[in-house]
Amino acid sequence: MLAYTLKRLLAGIVTVWFIATATFTAMHMVPGDPLMNDKAVSAEIRANLERKYGLDKSAPEQYVIFMKNMLSGDFGISFTQQNRQVNDIIRDHFPVSATLGIMAIFFATIGGVLWGALTALYRNRLPDIIIMFLVILGISVPSFVFAALGQLLLVNINSLFGASIIPVAGWGTFSHMLMPSMVLGLGTMALLTRLMRSSMLEIVNEDYIRTARAKGLSPSRIFFRHQLRNAILPVITVLGPQIAAITTGGFVVELVFAIPGLGRYFVQAVQQLDYTVIMGTTVFYGAFLVLMVILVDILYGFIDPRVRLS
Amino acid sequence: MNQSYKPTKEDFQPAANSVHAEQLSRPSLSFWQDAWRRLKKNTRALISLYIIIGLALFTLAGPFLWNVDPALQDLNQISQAPSWPKQAILVDPYERWGGIVLEDFPAEPDEYLDNIPAPTNLRVVDVATTKRVRITWDPVVGAGGYSVYRNQRAPETINDLGLPLGITDGGNEVSFEDRLNLEQREYFYSIVPTDGFDESDTYITLVVYPDLAITMSEARERNLLAPDTKLGDSIAIEFHPFGTDYLGRDMLARLMEGAQVSLFIGIFAPFLFVLFGIIYGGFAGYFGGQFDSVLMRFADFVVALPFLLFMILFKIAFGIGPGESGVMPMLLALVLLGWPSTARLVRGQVLQIRENAFIEAARLLGAKDRYLIIRHIIPNTMGVILVTLTFAVPSAIFTEAFLSFIGMGVAPPTPSWGSMCNEGVKTMLSHPHELFFPALFISITVLAFNLLGDGLTEALDSRMRSKE
Repeated sequence: MLAYTLKRLLAGIVTVWFIATATFTAMHMVPGDPLMNDKAVSAEIRANLERKYGLDKSAPEQYVIFMKNMLSGDFGISFTQQNRQVNDIIRDHFPVSATLGIMAIFFATIGGVLWGALTALYRNRLPDIIIMFLVILGISVPSFVFAALGQLLLVNINSLFGASIIPVAGWGTFSHMLMPSMVLGLGTMALLTRLMRSSMLEIVNEDYIRTARAKGLSPSRIFFRHQLRNAILPVITVLGPQIAAITTGGFVVELVFAIPGLGRYFVQAVQQLDYTVIMGTTVFYGAFLVLMVILVDILYGFIDPRVRLS
Repeated sequence: MNQSYKPTKEDFQPAANSVHAEQLSRPSLSFWQDAWRRLKKNTRALISLYIIIGLALFTLAGPFLWNVDPALQDLNQISQAPSWPKQAILVDPYERWGGIVLEDFPAEPDEYLDNIPAPTNLRVVDVATTKRVRITWDPVVGAGGYSVYRNQRAPETINDLGLPLGITDGGNEVSFEDRLNLEQREYFYSIVPTDGFDESDTYITLVVYPDLAITMSEARERNLLAPDTKLGDSIAIEFHPFGTDYLGRDMLARLMEGAQVSLFIGIFAPFLFVLFGIIYGGFAGYFGGQFDSVLMRFADFVVALPFLLFMILFKIAFGIGPGESGVMPMLLALVLLGWPSTARLVRGQVLQIRENAFIEAARLLGAKDRYLIIRHIIPNTMGVILVTLTFAVPSAIFTEAFLSFIGMGVAPPTPSWGSMCNEGVKTMLSHPHELFFPALFISITVLAFNLLGDGLTEALDSRMRSKE
């Protein structure tokens, strides 16, 4: 297990290096540079600015400097936000995105497992048909439509009570987080419900379920102990990639609900070609996602004894 | 146990030669014929297939049938909701109206009235049109003027009369002309008499439904005039079955043009990256060994890139030149990031198929590598590839919509379903149709491809075959 974890971590570090290099290359392919956005400046000022930010050096030199700084955990100073460290931007705004993402994953997993199990229990009966119809809707409707509809719903709820019970936009309290995280988790929830349903139905026909039934175990014990526990496995496998989908899907939700998350800063930085912020956020996101996938894989080993053995 | 059988002479006669020893009981079907037969049984998949064909017709043939310029602005019908064809009355150009001012004031009351009674006989002068609504009423004793209000719903109390339009100058001035942003809908005009300082507590309300009007010169400009039309005639104005957007552009024409962009990216990009994935994965899987592990390690790196982050970066990196719509950068970015999943899948398939006996047989017969890959291995992975392709389309459409929604996709004025959603979401509360239609089209397309993919998976699954 330890050797496996170490091997995965090593591969993860190489991946993060690859992400950093790819980002650096992509960014320097973009025509223009961050200083071009400023008002017209004299050649002298421009040269000074370039020297300050190290833009006067050649691309390979910049790459080496950047990599060195990154290893010591320093992403530099933002070009567009005066004297603001990229590390500070990440520290201030990532927790917001993370909270949103964690809540969304929470909603999606609980909902997906619950609905999936329910549809399998009521197979081809009314609850199954209704839930599966909603699932199809959840998979085919884009997240920004859900975000817009969610906001509309909040407006109506608030006007019904004549007071701002649940805030429509912004960030801060728990009530701010409810709707955005539900909207964000909706697509994943639909996916997990579908997966859970099919894996539940597959497991009903397994030999060990028949054995358990023959032993005379109570239906609820079979359901919770044997069926549910085994059916959750595929759900956990897709959780890793889904965390990635939710983190980036957060961009739209952050935009619509005016949430000060890291996604908004990334989009802004790309538009303004803020080299350091782009590099910092991309590498940070990349490292985070790689770590998440590794974590989920290790977690999988704990839950499924068959994986642990091999 | 030890009983021995005594053969008779009959046992050594030749058996009767049966004609039916070997006969095909069912017609011979190729793999694809069989898959198609099973797909046809799946109603949901079949309906989805028809929807996709319908969408293709909508995109390709639609612009010829609905020959409206998607960039043309109809300033008379901005943010118009979907409706039937509309008629408008041809009217004169506007002329100043003197109004109705009575010769003598209504008789002065003997004493100061606490409450002036409400005016009576509120009526419309001429025809009410969207160019102007003229109303008049009978004067009341004690009024020093009248306040005119307009509301879009029936007033319930005196505090609910709506927009104050104006106050007339005296008790004998008993008319008002409204030209303020008139639309084709119900208006509730209310008149409240005043004593010159304060308004009374009484009012009278009239419902007016103005007709859509158009002047001769406007009609001529928009090519709506038939040779023999004259003033007062009704003529058909531009028809917008799906309404118009916030700039007065026809939604149906824009949806068609947007479909060209969205479906082009949604279908062509997966096609390209699946093709690249087949070649990449096919070679890696076929040659195996060190070559395979190097290629696959690289694919693993590309998979690990945060997809949307790099979509955005690449899209910007490939740049949008002046006059370009940004479709090509997006296509390129999708292809660059999309191929590894197909490559992995094809590689796995190839590794499996390579071990089959028929490959060995072909090699014994002297088949070259290239021949083996093209003739034997790739056709056998086609089923899996088709399913991948079908499922890649919805995700590409979603990606396009997502990027256009956050303003990093297709550049205006080129419409795509995603950028139309982006524009529609701003006016969601007042004009929901501007968001509804593009969102509906995205959802239907994604749904159809998903259900077709499900159907294909079942139809191409050889395990299902043996169950029948």
